[in-house]
Amino acid sequence: MEALFSTVTGFLAASGLYLALRGRTFPVVVGLTLLSYAVNLFLFSTGGLTTNGAAVVGDDATRYADPLPQALVLTAIVIGFAMTAFSVILAMRVRGDLGSDQVNDQREESKEEKS
Amino acid sequence: MALPLIVLLPLLGSLVPLLGNNRQRNILTGMTALLPAIALGLVLIHVPDVLAGDVPRFAMHWVPQLGLDFALRLDGLSLLFLLLILGIGLLIILYARYYLSAEDSMPRFYSYMMLFMTSMIGIVMADNLLLLWVFWELTSLSSFLLIGYWYHQSEARRGARMALTVTGMGGLALLAGFLLIGDIVGTFDLQTVLDSRDLILADPRYLPALLLVLLGAFTKSAQFPFHFWLPHAMAAPTPVSAFLHSATMVKAGVFLLARMHPALAGSQLWLYIVTLTGLVTMIYAAYFALLKYDLKGVLAFSTVSHLGLITMLFGLDSKLAVVAGLFHIINHATFKAALFMSAGIIDHESGTRDIRKLSGLRHYMPVTAGLALLAAASMAGVPLLNGFLSKEMMLTETLDTGILGGLAWLIPVLATIGSLLSVAYSLRYVRNVFFGPKAEDLPQTPHEAPFFMRLPMMVLVALCIVIGLLPALSVTGLLDAAAQVTLLSPRPELHLAIWHGFNLPLLMSAVALAGGIGLYCVRRKLFSFHRQFPQRNALMNFEFNVRRVQTWTQTTIDRLENGSLQRYMLWLIVAVLFLTGSGLLDLTQLTGSEPTQPLDGLLIVGGVITILAGLGTAVLHRRRLVSLVMLSVVGLMVSLAFARFSAPDLALTQLAVEVVTVILLMLALFFLPQRTPKESTGARIVRDVLLAAGFGGIVTSLNYALLTRPLDSISGFFLDNSVSGGGGHNVVNVILVDFRGFDTLGEITVLCIAAIGIFKLLNRLRLFMPSSDSEGRPWSKDLHPMLLGTVSQTLLPLALLVSVFIFLRGHNEPGGGFIAGLVTAVALILLYIARGVDWAQARLSFHYQPIAVSGVTIATFTGLGSWLFGHNFLTSAFGHFAIPYIGEIELATAMLFDLGVYLTVVGATLMILANLGKLTTPHRPSKENDKEAL
Repeated sequence: MEALFSTVTGFLAASGLYLALRGRTFPVVVGLTLLSYAVNLFLFSTGGLTTNGAAVVGDDATRYADPLPQALVLTAIVIGFAMTAFSVILAMRVRGDLGSDQVNDQREESKEEKS
Repeated sequence: MALPLIVLLPLLGSLVPLLGNNRQRNILTGMTALLPAIALGLVLIHVPDVLAGDVPRFAMHWVPQLGLDFALRLDGLSLLFLLLILGIGLLIILYARYYLSAEDSMPRFYSYMMLFMTSMIGIVMADNLLLLWVFWELTSLSSFLLIGYWYHQSEARRGARMALTVTGMGGLALLAGFLLIGDIVGTFDLQTVLDSRDLILADPRYLPALLLVLLGAFTKSAQFPFHFWLPHAMAAPTPVSAFLHSATMVKAGVFLLARMHPALAGSQLWLYIVTLTGLVTMIYAAYFALLKYDLKGVLAFSTVSHLGLITMLFGLDSKLAVVAGLFHIINHATFKAALFMSAGIIDHESGTRDIRKLSGLRHYMPVTAGLALLAAASMAGVPLLNGFLSKEMMLTETLDTGILGGLAWLIPVLATIGSLLSVAYSLRYVRNVFFGPKAEDLPQTPHEAPFFMRLPMMVLVALCIVIGLLPALSVTGLLDAAAQVTLLSPRPELHLAIWHGFNLPLLMSAVALAGGIGLYCVRRKLFSFHRQFPQRNALMNFEFNVRRVQTWTQTTIDRLENGSLQRYMLWLIVAVLFLTGSGLLDLTQLTGSEPTQPLDGLLIVGGVITILAGLGTAVLHRRRLVSLVMLSVVGLMVSLAFARFSAPDLALTQLAVEVVTVILLMLALFFLPQRTPKESTGARIVRDVLLAAGFGGIVTSLNYALLTRPLDSISGFFLDNSVSGGGGHNVVNVILVDFRGFDTLGEITVLCIAAIGIFKLLNRLRLFMPSSDSEGRPWSKDLHPMLLGTVSQTLLPLALLVSVFIFLRGHNEPGGGFIAGLVTAVALILLYIARGVDWAQARLSFHYQPIAVSGVTIATFTGLGSWLFGHNFLTSAFGHFAIPYIGEIELATAMLFDLGVYLTVVGATLMILANLGKLTTPHRPSKENDKEAL
């Protein structure tokens, strides 16, 4: 189970990173979202993988999942959403103002044009 | 309490001139002079005590954690300098009243002047190394303001910049030196440092500490090779030069040598570095002083030269040499201030400072001429004036030094040559300017300066004569007191007298006088000899070098930061791969000791779907909509994974966020190209795939290594205390709103800021609204499907009810503010989608910004509320209450905090999505709508 879980995390991270290395804004935003899923899974798993042990204190419960990584990941999910939203709106604004959705600075190209 | 007043009164005094104006010159001058005069009075009150050997002190903690105390002392050395700073400072205030023209802002001038005076007083009175350094930097800054006082002149600006750069860099070196010394001694308290010479000298860090401190002193005192800033600081108004370069700024450097003498001197290193630097500076600058045509240029180089002389005396290994150095500090201050004032008067009255144009001025201004003659004679070391006495002492001390072994004779010979040059340029200053035929073609016809402009000069020249004639009566006590602080062991007997009988120093003095006059007579040959050398302009060189450094750094920056996000990502990933990979290499084996858990079919299916969807997102990224659908599959699978591994809160949150994210990305995609063009080269793709595979491999290994190792968590505390301490059974929620409430407060603040940032980014965004999709099919006109509309409207109250339910039970069961907020937001967004922005806008006529902000406010005030009850920020309280028909429920202040979270999430999410949605309608945010919205 641990091997499968970490393999999934690794594949998500790899796919996210590949997208984050693209040259257009939208794939980069999607890639960052994918990366944040991978990071959340990874962070979550630092508390161990527990089955049937939600961290709700009760009389009959015998074991609990580690609540601390869960609390961290919960805030990370919301912050991740804010980050995705901000970067995608920034991408729109860049397209509106500069007319391009490339992630690289246009300086380089204008330099090349001049030379 | 008088001690801090000596510093604080002039500091207060820097504000006083700002109350006056240029029209009431006399009142302004009086006002400005009042506070430093009181400070001088306070100093004078202490004179008997200090001369008797007392050291009044004052100490107050400032930043005790750093060892920085506001500690002041008034010992003999401080007293000597305080009298110079305040005494000459007051004379300068009077002189400047007549020097400044109607266009110059007098309040500004006096204000800078007082600020500078304060920082000098602080340096000489500081009883803590760090405090001394603070005032040291303040002199650099305030002298920058003074030198650049005529900021409309390019010369002044550049001169000020150069002075600040050089002395500022020296200041940083000094700080480093002080920190080292503080580290060696263990405190920054001045007295302790001065008493620990043996400790400091024995430490291996002595060499760097000494070099750094000397770097600070030499840059400030314009010692070779850092002398070049001083002549360019002459672009300042002459009263500034008279103050900065006689009694204060440059004297701070030699003051530092005297102050640190007990702690740092006594080694061969000190002896050689300080003595030789001083000697070289003395001769080098004296030679250039002889060549300058500008009156202030002559004085500037002669200042450098005399500072070299003082530095050399502090370097020599005899006790009387140090006394001679202190004595020369007084003498140089008096005659040099007078000479600068004479240069200012000449400039003021005749309109030029060029020695080649000036001639015969004694006919126009006999009094000034007489005063300047006496001051210059003192500078040349003519008997019966104070300059003669200290020069004799200097020559005497150079004779019996142990430096340079068999070549020790070089020192007195070079010292005599320095004196000889000094005689020559003093003579040139007086003879060429005041004697000879009357100059006719001057810009203005000169006449005598007003009496009160000459008065400061008279006072200073009178001092030169009194000290020169009656040294034993006038300064012995003061010198004795200062020497007592500067020298550790019993101080030498002082015999200040004009006549010591016929001896070698007298002969050297005579040689210098005669030789100087001779050199003056053949000066034209010297000038033509010097013309063979290429002229160098220190300012141009300096600025050239500064620009070269700038170009170099800019090139480096451009190379590292070329504006390509892809390149930055590459560096980042390579660094991650390297650091994490090297960490993994240290493991003996990947699998840890913990037993692994068994797999089941459902898990395998889920894992495979997640992997395929993740890969699909990446592989199909050119078809953006498909990629997005794949992404949402990943999100849903992640949510299921959370549910499977006992994290119901996370599963709910992830599910809600997933919905919101996908709606957001689809809306954004409407305005962005539907497809990504194919532009990556094959090599680039291979490179990125390899990088991604490497990264994925490392993440997998790391995760697996982590999962198979024993877990040691602090969570036991939270599980044990959740019910008793936080009043909730859902530990995750209790952590969020109680144990780690401060983190959550920070997080919702970030969320709110991001939403406001997005709101502003969308403001007046001009985007082309496509009328068809990427394949040319026009968008459907059927905007609001009836079925969806009906369902969403029906769902809304239900969804709101569910969110209330989730919110209320959050403390004890999975749920809480975050999830409830997201559910509410999704329900409202569904309404927007089903009915369109216009319809929804008309019915939801409230703004989301206030909601988000009020959420953060409620959460903050809930936290602050606990202060009222004397608890720490965000301490929660709870209790059980019985409500009729519903039964007993529990209410906690954490719930109020959770309400803040709820409101922030609803407000922020809708602020983002509703505003983005508005872009698709004619109600696109514009300037007009914006006003309305606010």
